[in-house]
Amino acid sequence: MTTALQFSSILTEQPRQAAGRADPAVLADLNLDQVFAAITRGRDEYDLMPFLKAPLHDAQAVEYRHQILQDMQDEALSGALAGFAGQMRQMRKYLALSQELRYRYQKQEWFLEAADVYRDAVSTLAAALAELSPASRGFTAFRRYLADYTQSEAFTGLAAGIAKVTGALASVRYCITIKGSRVRVTRYEGETDYSTEVQRTFAKFASGATRDYRIGFRNPADMDHVEARILELVARLYPDEFAALDGFCARHASYLDATIRAFDREVQFYAAYLDFIAPMKKAGLEFCYPAVSADSKEISVRDSFDLALAAKLMPAASAVVRNDFQLRGPERIFVVTGPNHGGKTTFARMFGQLHYLAGLGYPVPAREAVLFLPDQVFTHFEREEDLATLRGKFEDELIRIRRVLDQATPDSIVVMNESFASTTLRDALFTGERVLGQMTRLGLLGVYVTFVDELSSLNEATVSMVGTVVPDNPAERTYKLVRKPADGLAYAAAIAGKYGLTYRQLKERLS
Amino acid sequence: MKAFLMYPDRDFDLERDLPPNEADLSSDLELGVLLRAMAGGDKYLFEVARHGLHSYLTSPPEIVYRQHVLADCTEQPEVVRDLYDVAVSAITEEKGIWGWLGRATPETILHRSRQVMQLYLGMFRRLRDITDAHAAGFRSEGFTRLFAMLARELDDEYLAEMEACIGELAFRRGTLISGRLGKGGKGMGYVLRRQPEQSWRDRLPGMNRSPGYSFVIPERDDNGMRALSDLNDRGLNGTANALAQSADHIKAFFGMLRAELGFYLGCLNLRDRLAATGMPVGFPEPAGPAPAGPSRVRLSARRLYDAPLALSLPDGTAVGNDLDADGKQLIMITGANQGGKSTFLRSLGLAQLMMQAGMFVAAESFTASVAAAVFTHFKREEDATMEKGKLDEELDRMSGIAGQIAPGVLLLCNESFASTNEREGSEIARQIIRALTEAGIRIIFVTHLYDLAESLHTQHDPAMLFLRAERRPDGSRTFRLPPGEPLPTSYGQDLYQSVFRTADQAARA
Repeated sequence: MTTALQFSSILTEQPRQAAGRADPAVLADLNLDQVFAAITRGRDEYDLMPFLKAPLHDAQAVEYRHQILQDMQDEALSGALAGFAGQMRQMRKYLALSQELRYRYQKQEWFLEAADVYRDAVSTLAAALAELSPASRGFTAFRRYLADYTQSEAFTGLAAGIAKVTGALASVRYCITIKGSRVRVTRYEGETDYSTEVQRTFAKFASGATRDYRIGFRNPADMDHVEARILELVARLYPDEFAALDGFCARHASYLDATIRAFDREVQFYAAYLDFIAPMKKAGLEFCYPAVSADSKEISVRDSFDLALAAKLMPAASAVVRNDFQLRGPERIFVVTGPNHGGKTTFARMFGQLHYLAGLGYPVPAREAVLFLPDQVFTHFEREEDLATLRGKFEDELIRIRRVLDQATPDSIVVMNESFASTTLRDALFTGERVLGQMTRLGLLGVYVTFVDELSSLNEATVSMVGTVVPDNPAERTYKLVRKPADGLAYAAAIAGKYGLTYRQLKERLS
Repeated sequence: MKAFLMYPDRDFDLERDLPPNEADLSSDLELGVLLRAMAGGDKYLFEVARHGLHSYLTSPPEIVYRQHVLADCTEQPEVVRDLYDVAVSAITEEKGIWGWLGRATPETILHRSRQVMQLYLGMFRRLRDITDAHAAGFRSEGFTRLFAMLARELDDEYLAEMEACIGELAFRRGTLISGRLGKGGKGMGYVLRRQPEQSWRDRLPGMNRSPGYSFVIPERDDNGMRALSDLNDRGLNGTANALAQSADHIKAFFGMLRAELGFYLGCLNLRDRLAATGMPVGFPEPAGPAPAGPSRVRLSARRLYDAPLALSLPDGTAVGNDLDADGKQLIMITGANQGGKSTFLRSLGLAQLMMQAGMFVAAESFTASVAAAVFTHFKREEDATMEKGKLDEELDRMSGIAGQIAPGVLLLCNESFASTNEREGSEIARQIIRALTEAGIRIIFVTHLYDLAESLHTQHDPAMLFLRAERRPDGSRTFRLPPGEPLPTSYGQDLYQSVFRTADQAARA
């Protein structure tokens, strides 16, 4: 009955599917490129970006990851995993040395070191998992796998070989005699330490502490040809010990287990995110495991925030504003209006981020969340004019939205931010009505940030969200978006005053 | 010795700071395209062109001084390129002369300085040859002065003296070095060190009985040569220093000559590129600043076009525009999307910068009052750092401009304050335009804000000019901007129909 628990990957129970590849422009628009850069920082060797660019579309696969992450929130387990990762990293460093270095015995000594670190890493992790008994399907299967592996001939044979060769080499003792340009290598015969001879000779002059005249030497792992020559001669003095080393390296050349190597990389997908959000949680922000569905488009979220913005505000991340939203019945698209710098763009990004992160199986930045698993997230953000294309900005925007609408399905999410702001109010309304109409016909979920109030009440699929201001100081924003009809108040003049750009202020500044 | 090709009375300073808004100007006016055309792939020429372009000459005589030098260059490009080659060779070949690895010694400094001086002597001879053959063909004040100076300072007598000096400093066998004797007739300061004795090892019992393996390393002893070389260096120190300093002075002269000629060479490169597009270039007519108010302001052009755009178009199909805006304090430009408004705005800003750099401009003719500075306020993409909303970003930039701006400045606005809605964007812009124009700042403003343009138009102020991008009845654009009052739409609907229709056709095909 072990087949049900057969371990394949800590990322998925399914045989690997061809992963969807997220559009880098979408990640950039949502500022997820910044988030992912922060998540993967210091973890280049694991090449995590392919995982981050492959969101899941299946609720059960997301659930598999949620369980694993919940296990990893136990400090004992996450500590054991971090220890394992550190040892595996050290092992790779030693293996790299063994690859890079030139001289035979030097390569073999580093290879032996690597194998020993690996043996210790695997044994330690197996013991920790046996003791901690994590509950997730993923870790349960992996624990069993490790238990079987550590009992296997492959692993026990490796451990025995390491013990034997290490012991033999530790007993080798030798001396170098340098005379002019002549170097002589011998077995150690019990000669005394000359530095202690010198100390004894001059002991009667010693008085208290003195300056340290020793020169610091660099200790590169590499050796020069003289050291290498010496080592060769030592090996001739101790032929049995070095023959054992030779034999070990030949026998265990491919000691590294493929499943364990994959686990070491893939578990970083989780550790990286938990490390990334830990300081934010400490700063008072809440994350939750969203209820996800690939069917229901009724979504709701409480106290959610823009993850990139929160990361940027650290360590004062609790200052980030949290927002709620929900869609019921035929509602599909949030049309966001309101004052500039009122949190509209942040809301749009947050909406896209939540759904993308939910698809990765990560806890999302919110107190509670019910989310839809989209087949793809599209964005349409304002771009700077590019002389190379020789196209007007508005035309460029139209071409881009046309492309999005051609690819989008009823299961997609489309996030539009200040689209068509480069044209007149009339044209923006005309275009917005048509684009929103097409999005509504598809029935997809989306956000449409605009300055055109009329679009917020276009049809039964649109829901109006408005940025709010502090009542007694219109120039100050709360960044809180509420569900209410668009009111056309942008308080732009008040904000001009904040920058000293009203007529009266300018006259004074220029006089 | 000074070149004085950029200014009648001072050096062209490549270390000088560029104006604080240089980055804005560069991206808003596509200066990179222009500078790359001037540089022709040469990084150094790019930097020279960049500094030259931001000269902001405000005196018409200084502008004309450069125009005359440039006119000489245009007539005798080969001679100017020859002069430039001499300067470049002097600088690059000097770099190619090996100095010393590790720590310098007086001997190595002297040796290298002599080689450098030999190189410079050859370069001086080349400058003299060019001067003798071509000086008579140059008419500008700048070149006439330069050639006269070269003929005077680098005459045959001086070049012979220089050659003799380099010869005398040749390395001599048995260099005579003065010194002091210490006790026992030994030189001062030499310390002999005994190699540590290793015989204690030999005295260890059983040493030679022990089994072992040996090898031998080839031996070298450089101590003696180093000591001798050290003594030699003490003697050479002062002379080497003087020669190296003189070589540095000459190097600075060639550097200056290279920079100043480099600017004009960049102009020649650009002129060739523009000529290939079939568009005209001409020297502008600078007018002094107009302190007496807007009625004296000069600004007019024939076939003015955007040089960076002309350079990126395949067949030089750029469109030139005429403009008559003498006496105008404010120019409002409205009209069709993609009707050439941004292009026209860029071409005006660029012509102003080029005129004040002493260059030709991308136009058949261009007459303008000099401006104290050119500022741009163009619409930008949203700040990726998320710290500001778009309107805040625009206002913040405008506030920064207001902090640096002064009477006589030319301000170019492209779709400013379109990031909020039309009613409010118009109100903000109206207040800023009014305050700035009253303070003596000239503004050229491209806008879709109908509310703004219309409200200004109804004031019927003679110091305001209204231009409108043309659109034919069939919806196509001419890319010309004749005078015209604002109209309440920018024809975005046409564009929408055209994009979605083309895509539908493509989908069906």
